[in-house]
Amino acid sequence: MPLFREAGIVEDPWQKLDDAAPVPADGLVLVSFTRWREARAALLARRGPVGVALANTDPVEMLASDVSRLDLIVLHFPKFSDGRAYSQARLVRGRMGYGSELRATGNVLQDQLPFMLRCGFDSFESDQMGFGEALKRARTLFSVVYQPAEDGRATASLLRLRRRTVHYTSST
Amino acid sequence: MPDTHFYRYDDYDRTLVAERVEQFRDQVRRRLSGELTEEQFKPLRLTNGLYLQLHAYMLRIAIPYGTLSSRQLRKLADIARKYDRGYGHFTTRQNLQLNWIKLEEAPDALAALAEVDMHAMQTSGNVIRNVTADHYAGAAIDEIEDPRIWCEIVRQWSTLHPEFSFLPRKFKIAVTGSPNDRAAVRVHDIGLRLWRNEAGEVGFEVIVGGGLGRTPMIGKTLREFLPKDELLAYLEATLRVYNRYGRRDNIYKARIKILVHEIGAEKMREEVEAEYAEMKGGALRLPAETIEAIAGQFAPPALPHRPAVVGAVEALKLEDRDFALWLKSNVSPHRLAGYRIVTASLKPAGAPPGDASSVQMEGVADIADAYSQGEIRVSHEQNLVLPHVAVEDLPVVWRALGRLGFAEANVGKITDIIACPGLDYCALANARSIPVAQSISNHFASLARQHDIGDLKIKISGCINACGHHHVGHIGILGVDKNGVELYQISLGGDVDFGKTALGTILGPAVAADKVVEAVDALVGTYLDQRGEGERFVDTYRRIGAQPFKDRVYAAV
Repeated sequence: MPLFREAGIVEDPWQKLDDAAPVPADGLVLVSFTRWREARAALLARRGPVGVALANTDPVEMLASDVSRLDLIVLHFPKFSDGRAYSQARLVRGRMGYGSELRATGNVLQDQLPFMLRCGFDSFESDQMGFGEALKRARTLFSVVYQPAEDGRATASLLRLRRRTVHYTSST
Repeated sequence: MPDTHFYRYDDYDRTLVAERVEQFRDQVRRRLSGELTEEQFKPLRLTNGLYLQLHAYMLRIAIPYGTLSSRQLRKLADIARKYDRGYGHFTTRQNLQLNWIKLEEAPDALAALAEVDMHAMQTSGNVIRNVTADHYAGAAIDEIEDPRIWCEIVRQWSTLHPEFSFLPRKFKIAVTGSPNDRAAVRVHDIGLRLWRNEAGEVGFEVIVGGGLGRTPMIGKTLREFLPKDELLAYLEATLRVYNRYGRRDNIYKARIKILVHEIGAEKMREEVEAEYAEMKGGALRLPAETIEAIAGQFAPPALPHRPAVVGAVEALKLEDRDFALWLKSNVSPHRLAGYRIVTASLKPAGAPPGDASSVQMEGVADIADAYSQGEIRVSHEQNLVLPHVAVEDLPVVWRALGRLGFAEANVGKITDIIACPGLDYCALANARSIPVAQSISNHFASLARQHDIGDLKIKISGCINACGHHHVGHIGILGVDKNGVELYQISLGGDVDFGKTALGTILGPAVAADKVVEAVDALVGTYLDQRGEGERFVDTYRRIGAQPFKDRVYAAV
């Protein structure tokens, strides 16, 4: 499945590890949330970076104390209409302050991108035709946002407040 | 044209709506070219208000908190004429539906809407839907605070919410600012009731998990009193809990009411409060300046002093019985003594409830300009409301509405029926609703008889999705399909009044389509025989129970 970042299509350097497979000492390995919970200490003791892939029902809160040690978190959309991973993404990015790659997998379609970007996703697995081009446009499709989210964009409400303050200062 | 006295879009709102229209134009193009499958396109069109119905696409236009300017209503008339067949249907969620839209023209219809600062976003799909409010907001005599201020704040927050655009199921929020709830807050996914506590502060009672549909439930109070500036934090916390834990395995069990029911109100409260504790005081807290700026836009119009008692009105009342009846049923007190709130009945005898032609819409817009500050409301009972009419102007408004066919003195009466579009239009329906409403309406057309029968709410749904709110009708009628035959199940005793909210109880076996009128007649006959002094239909039912009604109905059908 092609992997996209906003800059374009990229190679996936991560090795997806089956739960039963031995953990290599080096390299970038991506494990399931179950594996992570079982072998957390051993995984952290490795030299290479580690990533965790969650099901959209996994309790993402349990990663809270580890997010600074993770280089990849993968959240899953079993169907594009199943939006649970949006909440997981916001918790990971916003509440837990996770700063590395946040990847969306599964049924990832271009019309979800404006939402995904706002929730903090920055890489996407998708085989939809035209996905790469859509991703380049997705951040600017809407130049106005109403909600504070994980992309740091100023909301319309905040911009209005600032504008009022400017008016006020300039008129007095 | 008078200034509007409700929220006016600024460049941010206009930009967003315009960009949304262009996004949808591109999505329609991709659908027509086959780039998008119908399955992929469906949620995109739904969140732009476009349904695929039995005969054509239906466009559901959002009328936030049911408030329209005359300019907007004229534009709706225009759009109905240009892109549809010259009429529209006002719904129980204060929206307007156009039933004959062409897919390739839908983006143009949306662009036309955007010209008057309107849209069809989130009127369908598994998202936070258009927020509804008391249709008397800003004019009601019993109002604590205008609920539309909060509806607008919620409208903005919920529009294209990045986290909540793929919820387990649709999500409906209603707000009331009066102790007499006209927004049915206990039967919404979230109901918000503004009230003043002992310290004199105004805040929200937050009611979660109500709803009708196939599993009707009365909402539970999660929070007795929420400070107003934390409204969005609390809503976001509630929606997050729902988005994460609401069921997705069965479409019929996916509403928040099922989650609340399954985990219990206590556990739900714990989850929401824990989430809220993390968000409280954060980015979602509403600065006082923001609230004030929006509240300022809802500042009531500066209405000139007008006399509270007018000789000519009193005289006409004595002369003309229809006018006198109209005053009783279609005219409500206003916060100012010299004014009244007038309801234009979209239920003339025998007509489909809630329908208005383009000509009628334009007529109402003209009356609003001349006599109601250019403002119109859509009520969830599918009528139009003129919120600020001077007592002195009542006769001329009555005559003008009469010329449009909207002066039927039946508001709150047996022919002021709520009905969903039913099998005449809707792909989900099992049975027709509109013809049933029409035959009841014709049968009880006599206004004198209607006023003798008094307040009686009949609500009709063509399937268990309950768009016609049959569960909360004093008489509820539900269309069911039994082996290809349309039958109608009757229930009694539903109510949406605050503090009395109740779901109706099924009377007995469903009756045939051509027996519905006889059944209703038998119910009314029982009431008329048994009623005590000052008792409404539903009061008599509560006092004497179902049996006498049942006996008479099943003897008649």
